[in-house]
Amino acid sequence: MAVVFGVSLAVFFLIRIGGDPSALFLPPEASMEEIARFRHLMGFDRPLVVQYFDFVSRAVQGDFGMSLRYEQPAMQLVLERVPATLQLSGMALALALAISIPLAILAAAWRGSIVDRVSLLISLIGQSFPAFWLAIMLILLFSETLHMLPASGKGGWQNLIMPAIVLATYSTAIITRLLRSSMIEVLQSDYIRTARGKGVSEGRIIFKHALRNAAIPTLTVIGLQVGALLGGAVITEEVFAYPGIGRLAIQAIANRDFTVVQAFVLVMAVTIVTVNLLVDLSYGLLDPRLRKGR
Amino acid sequence: MNPFIKRYLDSRLAVFGLALVLIVVFASLFGHWLMPFDPDAQDILQRLKPPFWRGEEGMHLLGTDALGRDIFSRLIAGARVSLLVGVASVVISGAIGVTLGLVAGYEDRYAGRILMAITDIQLAIPFLVLALAMAAVVGPSLWNIIAILGLTNWVQYARVVRAECLVLREREFIQAAQTMGISVPMILIRHLLPNVMSSVIVISSLLVAKMILFESSLSFLGLGVPPETPTWGTMIAEGRNYIGNAWWVATVPGFAIFFTVVGINLVGDRLRDLLDPRLRQVES
Repeated sequence: MAVVFGVSLAVFFLIRIGGDPSALFLPPEASMEEIARFRHLMGFDRPLVVQYFDFVSRAVQGDFGMSLRYEQPAMQLVLERVPATLQLSGMALALALAISIPLAILAAAWRGSIVDRVSLLISLIGQSFPAFWLAIMLILLFSETLHMLPASGKGGWQNLIMPAIVLATYSTAIITRLLRSSMIEVLQSDYIRTARGKGVSEGRIIFKHALRNAAIPTLTVIGLQVGALLGGAVITEEVFAYPGIGRLAIQAIANRDFTVVQAFVLVMAVTIVTVNLLVDLSYGLLDPRLRKGR
Repeated sequence: MNPFIKRYLDSRLAVFGLALVLIVVFASLFGHWLMPFDPDAQDILQRLKPPFWRGEEGMHLLGTDALGRDIFSRLIAGARVSLLVGVASVVISGAIGVTLGLVAGYEDRYAGRILMAITDIQLAIPFLVLALAMAAVVGPSLWNIIAILGLTNWVQYARVVRAECLVLREREFIQAAQTMGISVPMILIRHLLPNVMSSVIVISSLLVAKMILFESSLSFLGLGVPPETPTWGTMIAEGRNYIGNAWWVATVPGFAIFFTVVGINLVGDRLRDLLDPRLRQVES
């Protein structure tokens, strides 16, 4: 709750860090009278505290003001685009997990093997790509050269493949790296040695005993990755002209449509806070010790 | 030879990474002597020529862009911007994050709680979203970008430094310093800071790589360094429009970013293994 309050402050002051916010909304050639009228209309001529309380009391009702360009409520514009972004980020996260979890488990089980080296290479390369460049390279290969996939827009599943790959790259790298190192650490612990001594099969040790414990730090990072995914979606959507909230935000910034930008930042923050709360709650499912005292 | 350097050089990958970094540093320091052409000189007759094109004034090693500018020369000019932004923003983040982390770790009753609240708030807003919005408000310029990146990336420093200080604070040498009546700023700077330096170095090296990626992303979106300055991000953005008939314009600067970032990451990973193996867990 404190976090949402802080975010609301951040969003409120965001458009005010440059001084008078009306300079952001209005074209530079606006006359003094126009500026004065606009300031009064938007309430920018009132004390900051009053402005803030006004902003918050409207914001809790979902009212961020009208989009100056589309003449629709800003929140409605953002919410209309949310499903498209969730679909894309969800697919990217699923893809990242589908690659990174098996890869990390195999790498930790056969430490020093070819699989392990491949996993290290993937995690190094995956976090060194500029996402937008990877996107352009995929377009060059699959759309311009091979004519297999559409370069932009939203429609069938074909439109989701390249954006999802681009968005998943960084998360795949981070999750692989972290799950691998947590698995290695867990596999060296005493209780695993005991289990081995008792003659428990290697498969059972890895999946039943080690993975569960290695999952906890990994889950935290997956929670943080949701933030990275939503942020990364901004760029990915822009390159592929995919109509999600990220592209909306870029257009809003270009059009100086700052009510939409504010609504966008708040929707992002609330989503991320919710996801991290769910992550916190799920620790109890993985580790019974953490259920007590909650 | 210094034993630390010797251990560093034991890893072939780390040596490769260091070599990549040194190439970029060299290019940005001595770029003026390395450029075969003026990076801003336009020549419409020579536009969109492929790599190894022999023009009238010499060979365009990596081809030319849509305005007939030499891509190789612009690549070298861009190295300086990337490195400047990467290093300068990391210095700002480090200064803010380490200071706050030291204070919050030493006195965690009020300062510590406030700091943790601020970091939670910042983690709730995706960095890129925050940076985009700020860049849109303050307008694109080289120094604005450095400031924005610096002001939005100090959280990791603060968290790690604070966690280490909470442990160090209980150690005898700090308690001895307190008993001797050494002032708090002195304890923070002379006694705590040196003990967290290895973590700070590791975080910094990996953060430079991230900052270079962030800068290129912002420039690509037109919200970073103004388009008249040659940067790798804007070069890719310009090349994107000609991807169908001149693939090299967007491809080449991307490889420059990729190899620079790989190099810095390899160096950072090696430093982490040598200086602070525990930090392997601290990754977001």
